[in-house]
Amino acid sequence: MSGESLLEVRGLVKHFGEGAGLLRRRVEGMRAVDGVDLTVAQGETLGLVGESGSGKSTLCRAILQLVEPNAGTVRFQGRELVGLRQRELRPLRRQMQMVFQDPYASLNPRKRVGDIVGGPLKLHGLASGAELRRQVRELLDRVGLSPEHYGRYPHEFSGGQRQRIGIARALATRPKLILADEPVSALDLSIRAQIVNLLQDLQDEMGLAYLFVAHDIGVVRHVADRIAVMHDGKIVEEGTADRVCEQPRDPYTRKLLAAVPVPDPREARERRAGRAREVHMQSSSHTSG
Amino acid sequence: MTQTPLLEVRNLSVSFNTEEGVVEAVAGLDLEIAAGEVLAIVGESGSGKSATALTLMGLWRDPNVRISGSARFEGADLVTAGDDELRRIRGERLAMIFQDPMSSLNPVHRVGDQIVEQIRAHREIAAAEARRRAVELLGAVGIPDAATRADSYPHEFSGGMRQRAMIAMALSLEPSLLIADEPTTALDVTIQAQIVDLLRELNRSRGLSIVLITHDIGLVAEIADRVAVMYAGRVVEQGALDEVFYDPQHPYTWGLLGSLTRIDRPRPKRLPQIPGAPPSLLAPPTGCHFRPRCPHEFGRCLETPALESRQSKAPGHLDRCWLRVEEKRRRRQTEREIALDATGEAS
Repeated sequence: MSGESLLEVRGLVKHFGEGAGLLRRRVEGMRAVDGVDLTVAQGETLGLVGESGSGKSTLCRAILQLVEPNAGTVRFQGRELVGLRQRELRPLRRQMQMVFQDPYASLNPRKRVGDIVGGPLKLHGLASGAELRRQVRELLDRVGLSPEHYGRYPHEFSGGQRQRIGIARALATRPKLILADEPVSALDLSIRAQIVNLLQDLQDEMGLAYLFVAHDIGVVRHVADRIAVMHDGKIVEEGTADRVCEQPRDPYTRKLLAAVPVPDPREARERRAGRAREVHMQSSSHTSG
Repeated sequence: MTQTPLLEVRNLSVSFNTEEGVVEAVAGLDLEIAAGEVLAIVGESGSGKSATALTLMGLWRDPNVRISGSARFEGADLVTAGDDELRRIRGERLAMIFQDPMSSLNPVHRVGDQIVEQIRAHREIAAAEARRRAVELLGAVGIPDAATRADSYPHEFSGGMRQRAMIAMALSLEPSLLIADEPTTALDVTIQAQIVDLLRELNRSRGLSIVLITHDIGLVAEIADRVAVMYAGRVVEQGALDEVFYDPQHPYTWGLLGSLTRIDRPRPKRLPQIPGAPPSLLAPPTGCHFRPRCPHEFGRCLETPALESRQSKAPGHLDRCWLRVEEKRRRRQTEREIALDATGEAS
């Protein structure tokens, strides 16, 4: 973790449904992202945890300028992104790539793997011809695929391998930051650890920073240096991964952690007994009061 | 178990034809579940866990699907039962809930009416009485203000409430066995915890037997009495919850348990991982299906090990691995020490 911040989000707000809604009804705006501050330093992983509807996906889209924020600033490598034109954004997007949840939906089924991975290199005019093919083969190798996979199509690969293809594509432009939106939640358990380890190895080798977005606080705790917990459009708690998981301060974080099933039968029984005692004490204090 | 099991599956095999060939989704499955028990079938996609559930429910009867073996349930065989018999059993004695509640709920009918209709299709009771029962059921599964909410349409419910409504519907004819296929996978973790509590409560208070089909090992630890671990169409390990979690006998089970992220433990620098990917069921490997990914493979693994108890002290703890029990414990211990060495804390 070097101190310099790569991404700095301040007071970010995104409303939905304001103004002319469906059938031109005037609808009350919903604050999907409601004044979010966060920073990601070079080479670090910030875990963003939240349940569905918390606003975490909208926040990612607003950071990437895929939706226009209503207020706030997004500085990336010291440069303000809000208000930039597409043409001005493009060179910055090279430095900021995305890995998606669903490796089935996010890869074009008609394109060969080599063309998918090499796509961003072509788009940004970074390489062509033999040099492009060389770089793609190197990328495939780096994510644990074989250079022979170059000419194959996505459907020939398992879910875990497809996620590797998606990661290779994201790495092609040598980004500084990767926004990973639920990158392992669609994967089978025996594959999940492989992809988590791959992301960590790539970070060590290339000094990447991650904004790792997930609903699974267990995975986030494993990969993240710091965790931000999002609820109802706001960051309700932020701290080092261990601190947030071991000494949560916000009531919502506590509720979230208490709900995570523990893969340990004895501990699960103890937690249940503890909850039952709590309920019992509450109900007996009600009857006495 | 001296008692006759509620459900007894013997040598169940399910295969189906695809353009690329025959897929053996389930191969020689043996399972039993006692009355009042919660059995978790845990596995990844392609392990055969959902194919097993659909077969037991008679929902996979298709000219392209070949089913053999038997599944005795309350005097009937679910594999050979005729359509009429199956319809009677299903809903009445054996009910199923799914990941997506909208697969059971009709979007254009009020929730209460759907339960009333289901009850009256099977029982000769007055509409008012069926309605009273529907409201009672909705209340019992934790839907607040059930009498009013019974008149809501499914889309007016949140995801968790819909799941509850589907459970109420499944319970409406008082089945003895509930098959729950990934019932909480689509739900947020805080809602998931509530549904798990509800299922456990129904098991305890009504003696409802549950077969829980899941990929979520945390969920298994929270609710199951016994566990069957499936891999590539076969049960590779089966036993009481604590036996499987604290003394896993199959290297696939150790691998899975070892690769979990835990919020209640110091985190390892690196997650232990199982190499490779599950095999294609079009051409599964010879012998043990886990062999190509197993770090402990040896010559004998080319023969398929039977699912049997390999330790006299735990006759109900079955596995399909040729390694001797002491050898397994020793190797597992070594793996754990290596993993522990890799934690930040230990160094």
